Amino acid sequence: MNFFEFLQQNWLELFALTREHLFLVFVSTAFAVLIGVPLGILLTRRESLQTPILGTANILQTVPSLALFGLLIPLPFIGGIGAKTAIIALALYSFLPVIRNAVTGIVGVDPKIKEAATAMGMTDGQILKMVELPLALPVILTGVRVAVVIAVGVATIAAAVGAGGLGTYIFRGLRQNDNNLLLAGAISSAVLALVADFAVGQIEKIYALDVRRNKTAQRKRIFILVSAAVLILTIFTLPFVLNFKSEISNPAIANQTIRVGSKDFTESIILAEILAQSLERCGVAVERQFELGGNLAHNALLAGQIDVYPEYTGTAFTAILKRQPLTDAAEVYRQTRREYAERFDLDLSPPLGFSNDFAILVRGEVARKNNLKTVSEAVPLSKNWQTGFGQDFMSRADGYAGFSRAYNFNFAKQPREMDLSLTYRALAAGQIDLIAGNSTDGLIAALDLFQLVDDKKYFPPYQAVFIARGDKSETLRETFAKLENAISTDEMRRLNYAVDGEKLAPKVVAAQWLK
Amino acid sequence: MRPRKSNVKMFYQLPKSIRIFTMAEESPIIVEFRAVNFEIGAAKILDDINLQIHKGEILILLGESGCGKTTTLKLINRLIEPTSGEVFIEGKATTSWDTIILRRRIGYVLQEAGLFPHFSVAENVALVPDLENWDAAKKRERTAEMLELVGLNPQKFADRYPHELSGGQRQRVGVARALAANPDLLLLDEPFGALDAITRVNLQKEFAALVKDLGKTAVFVTHDLHEAFILGTRICLMDKGRIVLNDTPENFRQSDLPLARAYLETILATEFTETTEKFKKNSITRK
Repeated sequence: MNFFEFLQQNWLELFALTREHLFLVFVSTAFAVLIGVPLGILLTRRESLQTPILGTANILQTVPSLALFGLLIPLPFIGGIGAKTAIIALALYSFLPVIRNAVTGIVGVDPKIKEAATAMGMTDGQILKMVELPLALPVILTGVRVAVVIAVGVATIAAAVGAGGLGTYIFRGLRQNDNNLLLAGAISSAVLALVADFAVGQIEKIYALDVRRNKTAQRKRIFILVSAAVLILTIFTLPFVLNFKSEISNPAIANQTIRVGSKDFTESIILAEILAQSLERCGVAVERQFELGGNLAHNALLAGQIDVYPEYTGTAFTAILKRQPLTDAAEVYRQTRREYAERFDLDLSPPLGFSNDFAILVRGEVARKNNLKTVSEAVPLSKNWQTGFGQDFMSRADGYAGFSRAYNFNFAKQPREMDLSLTYRALAAGQIDLIAGNSTDGLIAALDLFQLVDDKKYFPPYQAVFIARGDKSETLRETFAKLENAISTDEMRRLNYAVDGEKLAPKVVAAQWLK
Repeated sequence: MRPRKSNVKMFYQLPKSIRIFTMAEESPIIVEFRAVNFEIGAAKILDDINLQIHKGEILILLGESGCGKTTTLKLINRLIEPTSGEVFIEGKATTSWDTIILRRRIGYVLQEAGLFPHFSVAENVALVPDLENWDAAKKRERTAEMLELVGLNPQKFADRYPHELSGGQRQRVGVARALAANPDLLLLDEPFGALDAITRVNLQKEFAALVKDLGKTAVFVTHDLHEAFILGTRICLMDKGRIVLNDTPENFRQSDLPLARAYLETILATEFTETTEKFKKNSITRK
């Protein structure tokens, strides 16, 4: 599928994401301006506050965006997942240029003019309103312009906390190794940044001194700008007004809506989609809150922001309950289920039938040449291998440290810690030699990778289950029963490949499977 | 401008300002400095200033930069407050006045006019009337009157912006703005300093006539003795934060104070320059 076909098929979603993106940027910039400009004015009145406040804004801006999102998640009221957190993070980023330009603009007004204003008997408020703000406006607007461009860029990260936006395509593209998605996300956000920059630049021009003096020219520019804004809004909103009318109009089932979440990788999305569609077939209203990064899904479940999401027993047992890894699948399931009920009032569904274990992968050609079958056989060859692992594998209890100890690996080079989805690509390209992937990953076959057998049974079993809030288990029970043992490992690998390899939408793949 | 040109000439050519001065001596005191000191940190900017300014006077504060003349001026409309001592306006200490009311009663003109660049000429002139909530018709009328008074055609200039004016025109607007709310007292901080010689001399003369005509009191800061002679009914020579001479222009000429003598030395050169300027101006008008 080439890029244009992709756009043809997905333009509606692309528009939706663009609209979300615009919404995030607009609201966060509005916040930054509403708080930042008054703060900037205050700083010109109380100079002693300048260093601490500008310093804080400065520090905020140097915090890497992903880290800032992460730091906000556990906070009450302002944290959590979704648009709210994203808007707060974006606003924090936008503060610095807004505040700094407000201060610079106001301080930069010719002192002679301020002296004249004071000497004419203007009050401080009148000087601010009639002299300082109008004269500082071009500088303040430049700050807003910078803030908007920063916000458009940083908002792509917002997808990691479930706020949507064009970052969704970028993250998904990275994960699924799909250039069309990557391009669509990246180009759209770049275009958006340029358009936003241009638009605020036009507002800046309206308030430039020479245009302000010419009322007709100013009115003309305002008219053009407002028409352009209305046109853009219509383009991005109209398809949804037409499309979504039917979906909202069923208040009867709205109160028993089930909010289905998923983690941010293909398999989790497919499973969540299968669950969502099964529920919809039973007449249950579903709200999708997919692609939550890291442990967000679990936190969102605890916080009541979602009701159910797909998880793996091994992950729940080691990463969330912080227990030592066990190898007996049934035992892990039993203990996890009991502890989840006791500690979190969360319910585990019956196993779905497959498990997604860690898969130690090498290039197929390397495996064939050296006749490798098991991990132990690879140990003697591996001295000069470069390994690469996802952040998750590097840090978890059953991850890298224990694994290399159990097999007596002695890698000469430090493992590369990188995005999990990128390790497949790097392995296939020969840049790294051994990775820890997921056994159900469709890319294994697609990229001609070979899974070495875990002959020392180091990795605990990762049976797929759904985890649901206790108060929703009644509604979900019937659907959970239908999905018990319904998906085999091979089947799951095929479903994953349909999405990652054949580039079908998870929605479509799930619907086909349910038939 | 409709000043009586003959008046200006007489006033300038025959500096018998003693007569005017004695008249002023009997009029009420508008501004009075009593033992005023002004310090910034350890630096003494003004040292024991005592000064009375009578209604109808044009008092010149003369001195080199840093002598405290601008500081003295700013104490009058309370842009700054004395470290010790008191400044009285119409018999009331500046610190007991409502600052805003005080300032709106005093016209203020500064170098480069200090016009608001985003206000038209008319808006600049009507600034204080606007702050005082005059009604629109009265404001318009007053603005036109003021522009007329300073020699600018209201039809032509009211809707222009400061950047479209020459330096001299801007300064005229500055004077019109200061006069708009009809204050009795005008403060001027080297208003003509940045203008070219011909424009400066013209404005100085017109201004002198105008102030006398309107019966205003004015305090005028300059470092140019020539300007002081053209405009002043009294000259206050300042040095290192003190008033070293406070007398009529006539008596200033006779003074044997070294600093006064040094100033008088400069005036020969200036007078020469001015004759040349006059000649030039005539030749230009003839073309």
